[in-house]
Amino acid sequence: MIEMLKRSFAIAKKDMHIFYLKGPVVIMGLIFPFFLFLAFMIGRNLSGGHLFVGLTAMTAFFTSTAVGPTIIPWECRGRTFERLITSPVSLTTVLLGDLQASLYFGLAITFTIAVPAMLYLSIHPSIVVFLLSTILAVGCFSAMTVLMSSYPPTDIPADVMMLSSLVKFSLLFISGIFVPIENLPAYGRWISFISPLTYYVDALRHSLGGGYLPVWLDLGMLIIFALAFFLTGSWVHRRVLERRFT
Amino acid sequence: MRTIEVVDLTKYYGSFLAVNGVSFEVKKGEIFGFLGPNGAGKTTTVRTITGVLRPSSGEIRVLSYNILDEREKIKARERMGIVPEMANPYVDLTAMQNLKLMGELYGMERRGIEKRSIELLKLFDLYEKRNVKVRAFSKGMRQRLILAMAMISDPELLILDEPTSGLDVISARLIKDVIREEKRKGKTIFMTTHNMVDANELCERIGIIREGRLIAIDTPEKLKQLVKGSVSVEVSFEPMKLEPSSLSSAIRVELTGDKARIFTNDPDATIRELVHYAESNNLRIVSLRTLSPSLEDVFIKLVGDGND
Ligand SMILES: Nc1ncnc2c1ncn2[C@@H]1O[C@H](COP(=O)(O)OP(=O)(O)OP(=O)(O)O)[C@@H](O)[C@H]1O
Ligand SMILES: [Mg+2]
Repeated sequence: MIEMLKRSFAIAKKDMHIFYLKGPVVIMGLIFPFFLFLAFMIGRNLSGGHLFVGLTAMTAFFTSTAVGPTIIPWECRGRTFERLITSPVSLTTVLLGDLQASLYFGLAITFTIAVPAMLYLSIHPSIVVFLLSTILAVGCFSAMTVLMSSYPPTDIPADVMMLSSLVKFSLLFISGIFVPIENLPAYGRWISFISPLTYYVDALRHSLGGGYLPVWLDLGMLIIFALAFFLTGSWVHRRVLERRFT
Repeated sequence: MRTIEVVDLTKYYGSFLAVNGVSFEVKKGEIFGFLGPNGAGKTTTVRTITGVLRPSSGEIRVLSYNILDEREKIKARERMGIVPEMANPYVDLTAMQNLKLMGELYGMERRGIEKRSIELLKLFDLYEKRNVKVRAFSKGMRQRLILAMAMISDPELLILDEPTSGLDVISARLIKDVIREEKRKGKTIFMTTHNMVDANELCERIGIIREGRLIAIDTPEKLKQLVKGSVSVEVSFEPMKLEPSSLSSAIRVELTGDKARIFTNDPDATIRELVHYAESNNLRIVSLRTLSPSLEDVFIKLVGDGND
């Protein structure tokens, strides 16, 4: 078990070395949320707390999903994947390594953005709720990338990037960032519950004393989503593995 | 002692039968060559042995581990080094970083990785370039690095899918020397190749696969005996002239340029006849040699025009 974690960490290190220096990653992970945030902010008279929640949630969501979906397609394309999975590690270990790469990248960027924002906007969230929910959320979004990279089993990173962007944007707009969920009609609220981002946004609002759902439910749902994403992702990966070797 | 044991291996891709009832074993300490034309099923067989593909049916044991069992597969891989077909190192990492990654994946400790990496980099003539990103490496350098990566943990079994294809003579020779040296140290090597000369030089036993079926498996010399009548004598006279009907021991005579090639079942008689012919016609013998069948002759005879 420890051996498996050590080896998955070696894979994560490799991912961070290689993939976080690629152009599309920087664009999707950093510049994109920045412009989205501008669009979110400009022309609206938002409170400091509101800004903080929107900025942090978008940063966490986009940074932790920036690379994950394309790692395995890149590996196939570069003809490094067979080498990797014929080393003495299981496919789960490989996926766990890729997940960790997203996790560390997501956490690092989210904290470097959120903490200065906190100071600048002079808001004082509950640190425990903020930390706990951010770690769980970034973990959950990273696990989502394991699922996103699993299908279709392609070696064209752009394909996966397009599909995953589609999913990401759909989720972004139903997650209570632009319109708080309590202001949504009942059906809209139900739709928003299928997005893991909803629970993170809600938990962040809790850290500022707001929130709609109970905070334990927010955190619990993030855990459940994370597990479900990782387990189904690994399952699909296992199923389509052979089709990557054509 | 069997290092690899393949029993009745069959693999379908959808409805396409790529490997059909292949059985063989590789003994401890030998170099086993797997030969076949393009599309014969070599890579498919290799991938089932390394556990990347699941066979449709059949059994595979490597170092006594059952490869079809997920846990045992990983145990087996700890003790083998693999070079997949057309594999690349990570081009955004340096040679050293690639080796380090492999060492970590094999669960080696830092000190050991460092020491072994330097040893391998020197062995493969890459030491000067150890901190250069692989992107700047030539094909030969990459292939050498890939083999070095497979050898990081000093495994007792090497599985190499076309380790020398597309390389220049120097790189290919270096790799062949390393393979021979590993064998001398008691390691087992299973390799696929198209290159008959390599197979002949390196392998103690050879399996020939065609259209998914194993059609021959033996030592190179025994395989050569399969092609009777392809022992030949090559002669060159000055001036060059030869009347084929004057050689009673010849099966067939090919005249090419300033040489003649005489196929025979009895090279001794043919040579005597040729010498006699030269004397009675007042010709000078420029060269005279016997040619035994090459592995290529065997291959062409067995595989025929069965290429895909
Ligand atoms: N993923 C796949 N899906 C469908 N057919 C495949 C797949 N991989 C290989 N094949 C087919 O299976 C047959 C065997 O392929 P394989 O790659 O094992 O041949 P090979 O002997 O390694 O050939 P080469 O010398 O060209 O490397 C070929 O006819 C090939 O077209
Ligand atoms: Mg092949």
